[in-house]
Amino acid sequence: MRDSLSVAVTVGTYGVAFGAASVAAGFSVLQSCLFSLLAFTGASQFAAVGVVASGGAAAGAIAAAALLGTRNTLYGIQMAPLLKVRGVRRVVAAQITIDESTGVALSQAPRGVAAMREGFWITGTGVFIFWNIFTLLGALGAKALGNPASWGLDAAVPAAFLGLLWPRLRTNFLRVVAVASMVFAIVVTPLLPAGLPIITTVVVAVIFGWRSR
Amino acid sequence: MSATTMWIVLGATSALCFVIKLLGYLIPERWLGDARLQRINALIPISLLSALVVAEGVVVKTHVVIDHRLAGLGVALVALFARAPFPVVVVAAAATSALVYHLH
Repeated sequence: MRDSLSVAVTVGTYGVAFGAASVAAGFSVLQSCLFSLLAFTGASQFAAVGVVASGGAAAGAIAAAALLGTRNTLYGIQMAPLLKVRGVRRVVAAQITIDESTGVALSQAPRGVAAMREGFWITGTGVFIFWNIFTLLGALGAKALGNPASWGLDAAVPAAFLGLLWPRLRTNFLRVVAVASMVFAIVVTPLLPAGLPIITTVVVAVIFGWRSR
Repeated sequence: MSATTMWIVLGATSALCFVIKLLGYLIPERWLGDARLQRINALIPISLLSALVVAEGVVVKTHVVIDHRLAGLGVALVALFARAPFPVVVVAAAATSALVYHLH
């Protein structure tokens, strides 16, 4: 319970960065809030507004968000036999199936199935509530500030991506993949239409993931 | 990007993200049991987030541009090495970038 709430509040505050990034990309406050209510998966939301901000096409933004969201499918596959949900409860469970709810649920495994379920529902609902409140605050804040560059918002966005990336780089192999992806993105930037370099970086993930190690 | 296109991005992203989540509850586990698929899937967030750092940090349209944003990113990197929490990383990057922007 305490784990769930501390995760929910901590992660929820990232919503400020999303709300601000979304408004800086040109979305309205309402659209930014709808993103968090409906899409509700942080990295995908950041990716969609990130591609739009970099001048990319709609398809590139949607594809980047969808690709980043595919890990939620794998989480759902792990959570389904644990939660055993049907109907409306399944729809709600699916919407709050994200990194944090799955992570807390799995971390409760030594304490039994009931604790895992509790961890999933409380973390998922908690993150949902805080994420949406802080998205609104971030969006309103960014709107009030005006010119993104004047307040450093244009640097806050890549810094937020770096902050999301950082905890994932647990091994040297993963760090190599990250650096290779950055180099790849820089190299293809002048060669492709705006926004496309982001999505084509998936090639790097395929190359590094192809062989077992 | 036009106002309509932005609504399309919002609508399609939201719908796809939800369907992708729901799929996990509907498809049999063995469909995604392939080890190669799982390895690639685990690397996709790392590749895309890395590309997004580049696209937002050092790119303007289709050109690599070094400007005030890179100063902010550099400070973010230092903050992350120092194990600073996420909000500190973002605010430090923004403050540095804004400072450099106004000094120019």
